Amino acid sequence: MSAATQAKMVSAARPAAALGAVAAWAVLYSQLVPFSEWVVSLLPVERQSRLGEALAFFFYDAPKVLLLLTLVVFGMGIVRTWFSAERTRALLAGRREGVGNAMAAALGIVTPFCSCSAVPLFIGFVSAGVPLGVTFSFLIAAPMVNEVALGLLFALVGWRVALSYLAFGLMLAVVAGWVIGRLKLEAWLEPWVLRIHAGAADLPRTRPTLGERLVAGLDAVREIVGRVWYSVIAGIAAGALIHGYVPEDLLASIMGKEAWWSVPAAVIVGIPMYSNAAGIISVVEALLGKGAALGTVLAFMMSVIALSLPEMIILRKVLSVKLIAVFVAVVGVGILAVGFLFNLLFA
Amino acid sequence: MKDVKVLGPGCKRCETVVQMVKDAAAQAGVDVTVTKVTDYAEIAGYGIASTPGIVVDGKIVHAGGLPKAEDLVRWITA
Repeated sequence: MSAATQAKMVSAARPAAALGAVAAWAVLYSQLVPFSEWVVSLLPVERQSRLGEALAFFFYDAPKVLLLLTLVVFGMGIVRTWFSAERTRALLAGRREGVGNAMAAALGIVTPFCSCSAVPLFIGFVSAGVPLGVTFSFLIAAPMVNEVALGLLFALVGWRVALSYLAFGLMLAVVAGWVIGRLKLEAWLEPWVLRIHAGAADLPRTRPTLGERLVAGLDAVREIVGRVWYSVIAGIAAGALIHGYVPEDLLASIMGKEAWWSVPAAVIVGIPMYSNAAGIISVVEALLGKGAALGTVLAFMMSVIALSLPEMIILRKVLSVKLIAVFVAVVGVGILAVGFLFNLLFA
Repeated sequence: MKDVKVLGPGCKRCETVVQMVKDAAAQAGVDVTVTKVTDYAEIAGYGIASTPGIVVDGKIVHAGGLPKAEDLVRWITA
């Protein structure tokens, strides 16, 4: 089916279909607990046993997270039709540091680009006159303040945590980018990057119709949910195992507030792990339920999402090892600060 | 003969776009040569910030994400 017929169908059937979809979504969402209890009751498993607890967690969280994921990705797919990397670059070119860092961090959340685009994007920004530190604010915020993570935290852990995560993630991107900008590390870019002076591409600008924006939302659901659903399920399974089998005292003693070293340990353990935000939230939920401290868990989550080895290997094409080391160090210190701060704030 | 360049480091999306261009050309009955441009310096030289990008006869027509099939037909028949 062509996109045009898709768009027409969406606009013609829009009110009825949208209402139906929202109603179906709400009904499904309201039945999560009965559904999970019903599934577990069908299984030859004692409900109060460890396995029963783990299964109940799994069958509650799996549909819940997938429903929420679909909603958040759909909404974000629509929002992103208002932004493009080229427009973002034009907005940021020649910005002063400070304001520029803040804008870059905010735009990092809403600008669509796939991770294999990181290098062209980096070169495109720097060569068009976006300051290096501002570019880094963008590159840190983009994976760190992930809309999927934000939506899921909001629903699974609560709005206070979600909003704090948003605020601290943005702050970290702004401050880390600003610090990298102050250090004046342009010389540590790979030399060929600085020789490129790209003009702004003369792209034909079209305004999508409302129908096209909705189709973009559906496309985002098909593409993103289609790509991440199994890592989400894996994450929920890990969360369910933690929920059912890990003894509370053990986790509270190694990830609790009293163990100050748990924050740096969480960051170090998190870096080599590569998971997307959607997969890690159920683990976060289960760890918190077992008495792990919020700051420690968030530090773990942030280092898994923001400091990933594959991304560093991609960025190695344009950044020297020294500059990557600075990037990791600055972001790592920021994550530590966020972790300790959260452990202080949320008793 | 239309000259189409697909700009991108070579991820799955870029491969998809190459195939989409070929399909669109077959559908429209237009002769095209499709070249993949994977060199970062060359990609940046076109002034785009998001890939995959599409260049038809030296002119940028698209950047970022998958293009729509009917747009592709329009670009290569224009």
